[in-house]
Formats: sequence, structure tokens, C-alpha cells
Amino acid sequence: MTEQEIIERIDASLAEEFELEMSMMVPEATLFDDLGLDSLDMVDMVIALEQAFKLKIRDEEEIRKIRTLGDIHSFVIGKVRELGML
Amino acid sequence: MSPFGRGVETLVESLLQGKSGVRRLPELEAYEGLRSLVAAPVEGIDPKIIHRRHRRTMSPMSVYATLATQDALDQARLTTEACKSGDMGIAVGSSVGSTISTQQSYSDFFNFNSLEKMRSTAFFKIMNHSCAANVSHALGITGRIFAVSSACSTSCQTLGLGAETVAFGRQEIMVCGGAEEYHPLITATFDIMNASSCGFNDAPERTPRPFDRDRDGVVCGDGCGILILESPESARRRGAPILAEVAGFATVSDTSNMVNPSPDSMEICMRKALKDADIAPDRIDYINAHATGTDQGDRAEGEAVQRVFGSRTPVSSLKGHLGHTMAACGALETVAVITLMNRGSLAPTLNLENADPACADIRHVTGVEHRETTWVLKNNFAFGGVNSSIVLRRYEHD
Repeated sequence: MTEQEIIERIDASLAEEFELEMSMMVPEATLFDDLGLDSLDMVDMVIALEQAFKLKIRDEEEIRKIRTLGDIHSFVIGKVRELGML
Repeated sequence: MSPFGRGVETLVESLLQGKSGVRRLPELEAYEGLRSLVAAPVEGIDPKIIHRRHRRTMSPMSVYATLATQDALDQARLTTEACKSGDMGIAVGSSVGSTISTQQSYSDFFNFNSLEKMRSTAFFKIMNHSCAANVSHALGITGRIFAVSSACSTSCQTLGLGAETVAFGRQEIMVCGGAEEYHPLITATFDIMNASSCGFNDAPERTPRPFDRDRDGVVCGDGCGILILESPESARRRGAPILAEVAGFATVSDTSNMVNPSPDSMEICMRKALKDADIAPDRIDYINAHATGTDQGDRAEGEAVQRVFGSRTPVSSLKGHLGHTMAACGALETVAVITLMNRGSLAPTLNLENADPACADIRHVTGVEHRETTWVLKNNFAFGGVNSSIVLRRYEHD
């Protein structure tokens, strides 16, 4: 899986989960202000990502620092690389 | 929101045309031992007309309640500003929280002790005050909030609670009603008590049959009924279209048996509602019965009605058309009754062909009747012995 494929899968998963336009899925988009998500959505975002990538990330400290879609891209790419899937 | 779809016009026209909302559900055949294969669920509602931000915590019952409340607010000419004023409260309930969501979100938890697929929003669909909370949030209603839960008496009780809340001056306006969403477990619940209709799986439109000698039980349905109650002063000041007045209400606890109703308690309930309305029984022009098509319930109500009103006052149940919409039935049927009252019509008990001799000594409505109706008494009785009656009066415009 390439980094671009990971990004595309993240964007598609979250767009479907939160009914967002794909045009909104840009790396600099902030999750709360630009994408309109809140703390409840963040919980379901983690579940959506876990299911999309077969990961277990719920207890990762780093998740709490995520602010933008780009942060999610970097985080997931890092996890996938850690698992040797990249 | 009825088995006929969204809106009052659809509901009332279907009743007057003698339509049945009951159909056979093939998915019920998958349940081993389930004998009743018929139900009356709402169809054709797209929940996506509600924004995801609000919809994410809604199961179907809250979707129904939100759309029905929006329609009621529009009809009452109430704006978003009125919702947010603090002068408007809400009393909306359901029999239970969402069974659909419990199954979808918690099955892994129950079966595998796993939280893996559990959604953060699941609880907000399952909590017993899901409908009241979701409607309030979606529409911005900021006054008092009550979530009555008394199964089949739920929304009759919310109407009484709402009327008393307004009468005591605690709120100027109350949004009142109930909602239910269909799940096969509801049919199974009645089936296991031998109270579901099992003999009409191949002729679903012929059941339920309230008061009929060939009735064989309840047909479960779903939907939502919402009414706006408001002080007369407030309604007149706003120039609101006033449809009817709540003249009296009573609710009592029948402690004789958890499931088998007593005509004595039903009689007491109706007499208390009449007393609250300060009106004699012979002034009532029509009785909208709870009658669901069960052997004992219909017989007890027929006997109680006969004791209070004799054999002259027209009586019908709308369950033959709508099935039993549970927590929604009190308000949903009241919406129909008020609309019909204002049109000078009475809807019959669909499928009542030969009255059970035990229920024969009351004046059944067996076809659409056109007559002026000013006073109506409506009953709803629930498992657990929760009896409720409401007296409505047609509004006399100046």
C-alpha cells in the first residue's frame, strides 16, 4: 500500500462516515472547525479508521494531538509503516 | 407519521377510504416459533432529510418524532425563535429505547464481550428519553423536557401532562406525543403472551379486528403522533389555528393484573376524565376506543364503555387501520380524531364485521359516518395497568 493509497482510503472512509464532500477532504482542513466534527465524532472516527486499516489505535496518546486531516494522514501512515504494511 | 406515511392528510384520507396499513413481513419468517407474520410499520421515510449532526444520535423513532414535530410546529405557525424562547416545553415518549440500535451496536458486547464495534452515539438512541432529547436538540426546544414511558398509554399521558403543564402556567406551549419504531421483538413479545394476531398472515388487511368475534390479537405497528398544546390566550394572541381543546384528562393505575385489564379501573378512568372536563357522559358524541383486537382487552373496554355511556354513543377503534402503534397510538389517533371531528366525520372500526356478543352492547361505528361532533372521549390502556382517558372539545371559532 502506498502513502497515496492510504490517504485516499482515509479520506474516503471519513467522508462516508461523516457524510462529507470529497472536496472538503484537504490535509489542512481542521476536524472541528472545517469539517464540523466534535468529540463524539472523534470516537467514531477512530473506529472507522480501525476498521478501514485493521488497526488498534484507540489507546494511542498521539490521537489526542490530532487537529487536522493531514495529522490523521501522518498518524495512520506512521502506524501502517510500523506494522510493516507500507 | 403513520403506517400510511408522513402527514395528517395521508393519515385521515387513508382512514376514510378504509385502507389498512398492515402487511405481511417476510423477514418475520426467520424467527423460529414466531406465529404472527404481520405488522404495520412506517415506510418510505428518508432519515437523511435531517442533518447528520442531529441524525447521528437518532434511531427511527426519533426521526419520526422530529419530522412529526416539525410538521406540527409548521401547522401551528411556530418558528425556531418560539422553540428557543424558553416558553415551549416538550413531553414525548416511547415504550422503550431503540431495540434496533441495541441490536446493531451492542450485539458484539453481549455475545463476545467486545467493545470493538460499539459506536459512541449508540447510547443516545437507546436511552429511554431518546425521542424527547433528540427532538429538543434538533429543533432547539429549550423549556421543560419530559420523557413519559408507559407503553400504550405513553402519548395519551404526554397529552395530559402537557395540558396540565400549560394550565398551571409552567409553559405557554408544550410539544406532546409519542413515537415507536418497529422491531420483530415487539411482535414476538405479544406472540409469546398469545396476544398477537396469527390467523391472518395470508390476509393481512383483515387484521387486527377490534371488537369483532373473530379477532385474534394485536398487530404491531409504528409511527409518531405529535400535538402542540398551548394556552388559549397565547394561541389567540398569535392567531394560531386552534384545532381543539383538551377539556379533561385522567390516568389511573389498575393494580388488579399486570396484563389483563379490569373494566372497573377503565370505568373509573373514564369517569374521572369526564369529571375533570365537568361534563356528563351523555354529552359525549364519540368515543375513540383503545381496543387493540385482543380477547380480554376489547371485552373489558366494551363493558366499561357500556357502563359509563350505555348503548347510544358511537364507538370505534382505529387499530383496524393502523395496527397498534404502541407509544405513538394515543397521540397519533388523537390527531386523526381531531381532524375528523373538524370535518364532521367519524371513522369506523376497520374489520369489525360481527361484533363479539361480549362487546355488542355498545354502539359500534362500522362505516364512515358524517355527523357533527363536539365532545370526544379517547382511551388508551397499557400493560402494567396504566389507564388513561382524555376528553377533547371541538374549538368553537368566534
